[in-house]
Formats: sequence, structure tokens, C-alpha cells
Amino acid sequence: MKLNTKIKIAGVEFKNPVMTASGTFGSGMEYSEFTDLNRLGAVVTKGVANVPWEGNPTPRVCETYGGMLNAIGLQNPGLDVFIERDIPFLKKFDTKIIVNVCGRSIADYVEVVEGLSDQPVDMLEINVSCPNVSHGGIAFGQNPDCLFEITKEIKAKAKQPIIMKLSPNVTDITEMAKAAEAAGADAISLINTITGMKIDIHRRKFALANRTGGLSGPAIKPVAVRMVYQAANAVKLPIIGMGGIATADDAIEFMLAGATAVAVGMMNFVNPYATGEIVSGIEDYMRRYDIRNISDIIGAVTD
Amino acid sequence: MEKRKETAVVYRQQPIADDVYDMWIETSLAREAKAGQFISVFTRDRSSLLPRPISICETDRENERLRIVYRVAGKGTTEFSDYRAGNKIDILGTLGNGFPTEKAAGKRVFLMGGGIGIPPMLQLAKDITENSEVCIILGYRNSQLFLSEDLSQYGTAYISTEDGSVGVRGNVLDVIEKNGLSADIIYACGPLPMLRAIKKYAKTAGIPAYISLEEKMACGVGACLGCVAKTSMVDHHSHVKNSRICTDGPVYLAEDVEI
Ligand SMILES: Cc1cc2nc3c(=O)[nH]c(=O)nc-3n(C[C@H](O)[C@H](O)[C@H](O)COP(=O)(O)OP(=O)(O)OC[C@H]3O[C@@H](n4cnc5c(N)ncnc54)[C@H](O)[C@@H]3O)c2cc1C
Ligand SMILES: Cc1cc2nc3c(=O)[nH]c(=O)nc-3n(C[C@H](O)[C@H](O)[C@H](O)COP(=O)(O)O)c2cc1C
Ligand code: FES
Repeated sequence: MKLNTKIKIAGVEFKNPVMTASGTFGSGMEYSEFTDLNRLGAVVTKGVANVPWEGNPTPRVCETYGGMLNAIGLQNPGLDVFIERDIPFLKKFDTKIIVNVCGRSIADYVEVVEGLSDQPVDMLEINVSCPNVSHGGIAFGQNPDCLFEITKEIKAKAKQPIIMKLSPNVTDITEMAKAAEAAGADAISLINTITGMKIDIHRRKFALANRTGGLSGPAIKPVAVRMVYQAANAVKLPIIGMGGIATADDAIEFMLAGATAVAVGMMNFVNPYATGEIVSGIEDYMRRYDIRNISDIIGAVTD
Repeated sequence: MEKRKETAVVYRQQPIADDVYDMWIETSLAREAKAGQFISVFTRDRSSLLPRPISICETDRENERLRIVYRVAGKGTTEFSDYRAGNKIDILGTLGNGFPTEKAAGKRVFLMGGGIGIPPMLQLAKDITENSEVCIILGYRNSQLFLSEDLSQYGTAYISTEDGSVGVRGNVLDVIEKNGLSADIIYACGPLPMLRAIKKYAKTAGIPAYISLEEKMACGVGACLGCVAKTSMVDHHSHVKNSRICTDGPVYLAEDVEI
């Protein structure tokens, strides 16, 4: 049986639905020693701003039960270095390139989006959901009116299709998904990390210098699956689902809930071969259940 | 020197001081592991997902074995301390830059280790002893002098203890002062206050000091930007004076980092 693992988002065709989650895979270079990037549907880069960002003080990461907290604070080299170094590296591979964009103001985001307009980049993922920076980031992603406004501004300037990355730190995810759709987003991705905190009881100190951080990993997966399901039922936009994906089974679960594609985040740190294994595991699942087109399982969950 | 995750096998393990364990593992990573590099060790407890960074203490290339020496500090190291010969253990490696051993050639060298910073000094001492005049200065809490016998085969060894039970009472810098020692280059690993004092000493003495830093890590391979050290110059990755300890370190020239 010929397996068709291709999926399409906003006119862009991906060889399979497996992507990397922003910030957990650098710009692909570090993990290319472990995983053949040619096998991935797309590499989603670490957030890129208009200028270099220093990020937060350390400790920036800590382990939690079945997951981790991070407060990296979007350290990145800025657009110029990214264009000079990271895009040419990624172009060597037969995979799609999705650039994650961050900013402190709408103007910052627009500057990056415009700076990328003539670059060989397939899509842009707009991070309006980072819990670890004091200005911008999540502020745009927690209020539907702000999300609408920024989405509209960016969509007007962007040459590539845009994915709005949504925060789970909201009361009603469907409201946010609808705001992004109404403003013209081409797709949405979710979930970003869930704001959390850890305290070292022996030292009576916060585990992270930033006090709070974003929770990711298997611990958040059920929340993520639920939100993908709710969003999928509220809007027509394609969804890239993520949050704790470790195996092909997890990936399939997100797709059944309504995700067109999936992204692997923290679990790259635990199993640097995870993305490639998930690609193979999805094919095994298709053979086992006689599925010719992977797109047939999108949103196929029933009561 | 490709990095990889593999399943190693415990060759043997024994306690060598209170809460300090000495473990040899069988792994192909032993072929390429260098002094000052580290491996990250995974737990079996699936609630505890991130690997634990542990320095390479000694390598046995021929038999493909690596030695690690660690102190029980929490959940992960407690689990490791129960492992017996034949147990499987997942590791990621080899990580980090390692000590620049070539800089020691023909020089008078201080190897300074404090507490659980002593283990990486062993392979380093073995690697440089032939071409350098090695002075090994070890700082302990008390008379449990783990690894001091192994190390003293490769140079003149001095000891300090916090409780004064052996050697000089105080720290590794007190040893230098009490014995009127001097060197052309320093390699060091240990707690931050010790590294700060060594940085200051090296500056005054006008000699280079290579120090090994620690930070909380997630990926261990340079992707997550969790483990940065403040540097005096713009780093080559993010161009912001924040260098990734897991890949650009853990060993730095002391004057290059703000500690
Ligand atoms: C480059 C490097 C080399 C090291 N080499 C050695 C060595 O040779 N021998 C040794 O005994 N220890 C070494 N350490 C420290 C060792 O990593 C920690 O003691 C260990 O991670 C503690 O794990 P745990 O589960 O027992 O403690 P827990 O406190 O339960 O760990 C919780 C989390 O915090 C992390 N963590 C806790 N303490 C540290 C620390 N000091 N540094 C980095 N992460 C930490 C753990 O990895 C884990 O993710 C090294 C650390 C680094 C960064
Ligand atoms: C260390 C780390 C850094 C991250 N950096 C970014 C980032 O720069 N931009 C972004 O949109 N999301 C970032 N994220 C969020 C992830 O892309 C993802 O949405 C989240 O971690 C949930 O997926 P997971 O549970 O598979 O990790 C980061 C997550 C982690 C753990
Ligand atoms: S631990 Fe991820 S960059 Fe060092």
C-alpha cells in the first residue's frame, strides 16, 4: 500500500505532519547530528526578533514532574545573523522552513516579518504567547482584541502565510482562535507553555531566576489535546498541535483531536531521535489501520 | 566526534566517600571522550525526564569504559547510586569542549579541584603529566580524600580541608600561599566561590586560568539556551554575551566569563 503522509497548510505542502516546536530545536543545526532533517515535515526555528535579545538570568530551566519549566526569555541573535547563518543552513535540507517571530511591540514584529519577505522561508509563526518576557509576547496573546489587531497588522505586511501561536494561559481558547481567524491568520499553532512556578524548599528560593516559567512536556499533553480539539471545532483554520508529544501515538492523538500537523518540543531533549521516530511511527500506524492518506485522520475522533 | 544517545552498561560501582560514588560504565563514547567534557545521564524514573550532566573522570579507550564520580544530590543521583554491575544506563555524550590540554605543554601547571569538582582533574592529569610539571591541589571538606591517591600518581599533590583534619586548613588558595607555590597556567573545577577566587588570583599572577562552569541544563547540546554563562565578549551563537555552557563550555578562560 502506498502511504500518503503529505499534509497541506495554507497552500504549503509538507512531506509529513511532523515539525519541531520553536525554541527546542535551535535552527536545526544542533539536532542535525542526531536526526536527518530531510525526514521532517518542517523545522520551526527558535524565536527571532529584529535585534539580538539577551534573554533572562539563570537558572533558566528546571525539571518538574513529567515536564520542565523554562524562562529562557527569547535569547536570540536577531534577524541579521539569522538570515546570514541559519537560513542558508536550513536550505541545505529538503524540509520546509517555518520561522518563529517574536517582538516587544507590533512594530518589532512587523520589522522581522518584512525583513523575511524576500527570504526562502515557507511560513512564519508569530509568537504572541511567550510567558517569559515582560513586554510584548503574551500580552498580545491573552486578549482577543489585541490578538486581532496584531494579526491584522502582520498579515497585511507578511509575504509568507502566517501561523498565530496561541497561549494556553487564557480562559477560553476558542475566543482566541476565532480572533486570529477573523483577522486573517492562515493557521494557528497551540499550545505554547503553561505558566508555572517551582520553589526549592531546601534553599527557600525560586527554582528559576525569573520566578515563573513556562511548563512543557508530557505533563501538559492532556491540556494541549483538549485545547486543540476545542479550537478545531471553533474555527476552520488548520492547526499545528503541540504540548508533550513524545511518540507517534501522541502525534496521532493530536491529529484525531483536529491538528493538521504536530510539533515536538521538550521531548527532543529527552530523546534527540524523537522526531524521526515519530515520522516512522505514524507510517506504522497508517499500515496497521489501513490509512492511505494521513489527512483522513485529522479531527476524526468520535464519541 | 558525533554526539549520540546510547545505552551503556554499568561495569562496576562503589562508594568512595560519604554520598560519593565511583562508577565505571561500558560505552563506545569512551573512544572519543576528552578530559573536561561531560555526559548527561538519564534516570529510569519516567517522571524525571531531563538528563543529569556528569563530568568525565577517567577514560579507558581500549576497553571502552568511562569513569564518573558523583555526589548524591537529589532524585537522579540517588537512583544512580543504586545501580549494580550489568545494569543499563542511558547516556548522551560526549558533551562540551573539554580542557585545552595542549596549552599545558612544557609548563608548570596547577590542577585545582574543589569537592565534587575534583573528578574531571583525573583524566586531565593523566593527559598532561608527561609534558608538564603538574602540581595538583585538592580541596576537601574533611578527611574523606576521594580520588587523591589516583591523582597523586600524576604530579605533586597538596591537600586542603575545611575542617583542618588533613593538609592545610582552608581552601585550595590557602595551599598556594602556605607553600609558596607558583605556576604558569591553571586548570580548575569546583564551587563558584573557589572559581571566583582563582580568577582573581590568576589575574594578579598574570597567568591564564581555565575553569569549568556548571549551570542547570535541559538539552545539553546547545539548542535550548538554558545553560548560559555571562561572557565579557559577544558570544558567537546569539551575539549577546551569553555563552552556552553545554557546548561552548563548560571550560572557559576565566577572564572571558563574568562569574
Ligand atoms: C557540566 C557539569 C558537570 C558536572 N559534573 C559533575 C560530576 O562530575 N559529579 C557530580 O557529582 N556532579 C556533577 N555535576 C552536577 C550534577 O549535574 C548534579 O549534581 C545533578 O544533576 C543532580 O541531579 P539530582 O537528580 O540528583 O538532583 P536534583 O536536585 O533532584 O535535580 C533536579 C534537576 O536539577 C538539575 N541539577 C541539580 N543540581 C545541578 C547542578 N549542580 N548542576 C546542573 N544541574 C543540576 C538536575 O540535573 C535535574 O534536572 C555537573 C554539572 C554540570 C553542569
Ligand atoms: C526551552 C524552550 C524554549 C522555547 N522557546 C520558544 C520560542 O522561542 N518561541 C515559541 O513560540 N515557543 C517556544 N517554546 C514553546 C514550545 O515551542 C512549545 O509550544 C511548548 O514547549 C509545548 O510543547 P512541548 O510540551 O512539546 O515542549 C519553548 C519551549 C521550551 C521548552
Ligand atoms: S542545555 Fe540547552 S543550550 Fe545548554
